[in-house]
Amino acid sequence: MVPDQSFQHAHSAHCESGVMSLMMHHYGLPLSEAMVFGLSGALMFAYLPFVKLGGMPLIAYRSRPRAIIKGLQKNLGIKMKMQTFSHPAEGTKALDSLLEQGKIVGAQTSVFWLPYFPEEMRFHFNAHNLIIYKKEGDEYLISDPVFETPVRCETQALQKARFVKGVMAPKGLLYYPVHVPETINYAVVLPKAIKKNAKAMLKTPVPIAGIRGIRYLAKAIGKLEQKDRRYAKLFLGHIVRMQEEIGTGGAGFRFIYASFLQEAGKLLENPLLGESSEMMTLVGDQWREFALMLAKAIRSKESQTTDFSTLKAKLESVADAEAAVYRKLLEGNLV
Amino acid sequence: MDNSKVPQHNISTYANNKKAIYATDENGKYGIITSSGWDVEEAATKQALQELERLAIKAYDQALSGQASPLYFHMYNRRMDLQTLAQAMGMFQWRIKRHFSPTAFDKLSAKMFARYADTLGISVQELRELPDRRANGA
Repeated sequence: MVPDQSFQHAHSAHCESGVMSLMMHHYGLPLSEAMVFGLSGALMFAYLPFVKLGGMPLIAYRSRPRAIIKGLQKNLGIKMKMQTFSHPAEGTKALDSLLEQGKIVGAQTSVFWLPYFPEEMRFHFNAHNLIIYKKEGDEYLISDPVFETPVRCETQALQKARFVKGVMAPKGLLYYPVHVPETINYAVVLPKAIKKNAKAMLKTPVPIAGIRGIRYLAKAIGKLEQKDRRYAKLFLGHIVRMQEEIGTGGAGFRFIYASFLQEAGKLLENPLLGESSEMMTLVGDQWREFALMLAKAIRSKESQTTDFSTLKAKLESVADAEAAVYRKLLEGNLV
Repeated sequence: MDNSKVPQHNISTYANNKKAIYATDENGKYGIITSSGWDVEEAATKQALQELERLAIKAYDQALSGQASPLYFHMYNRRMDLQTLAQAMGMFQWRIKRHFSPTAFDKLSAKMFARYADTLGISVQELRELPDRRANGA
């Protein structure tokens, strides 16, 4: 495991998959962000009305934080060292000493406390990921995958962002690879990861996850008619934010996954994966149409009524289209 | 999504930053396209910000008239709600709620003021006062 001479930043759609892709590149395993996302089986949907974040129910288009790091370790045989700390000062010391050893280090942080984030994008989300690759004086040089170019952050500010308490508290989490395989047997790992992810989306035992989760959310939208109008609009806006504002690469990770299926199809020379990729692109387009409808509803004037049943029907048709992609992937021969 | 359809709406919430979006070229091949934002996303982000601002203004007025402590305002002003603040403080919500009352708030220990100030990222003096309305934008 010999790192490249110098670290190269690249712009990614999503923080965790971006970080892992950059780290793998650094250690000589060129995995695209889409490959990282797909191979870790991170595509998901979950609607958890009983878990509230900022007063809104949890809606996720991907698996839980750290699942990409963990999934990649499991599926590719990568080994990561992961460390959390009980004292902030201790965590800063550990980071500085790793940087002195010439390592690039992944870290989990809050978004709100990172000063380089645009003011209007700073919310209390604690599961952001970035790479620290150097320290100059009192400043860290940071490769934040969702930014076009590297950024800088002062020691105290990063320490605050790493040690914020609350839901998904980072506890100063630092991580870096200790073993990266030189090659990957794609013919084995790709079909396995794709089938497993399709199965998770299609055959979940709980009604709040996968395709059933999408239908559950559709049902909840149908019931907004009886709710307070302000709440209803905030709820719809919240769906759009989870789908488009969080770094999802568009359409709540559906486009990244389509990109992954396309790349997998080329590697395995399998036309079925290419066709599935095209289907997933169309599903993504439908998610974007849905978001556009939601945006119209939240911008509507007091006098205009919102037709929740149309929104519900649209989301149900997205669920149907997405389920068809997973069925195709599960029934087909991927090798 | 087609490359040509990736929105470039220069949305204000990005503050001139760009986001990476996955889209296909004329041959259907996927790649990363940088986007200056989609007005749909901007509407949703702004809506969330406006709601937090609405709550902060309401809290400001309540604190000004003595119905609530400055803490109540500072919580919303730092884009938190009761749940977020309680978790960030590592305290039960009912305890925090008590400190929304001006009398209970004034009696807090110096240590407690320091903890709140640290969690909210402001000084103790700022925590105990209401900012000038215009300076704060509230």
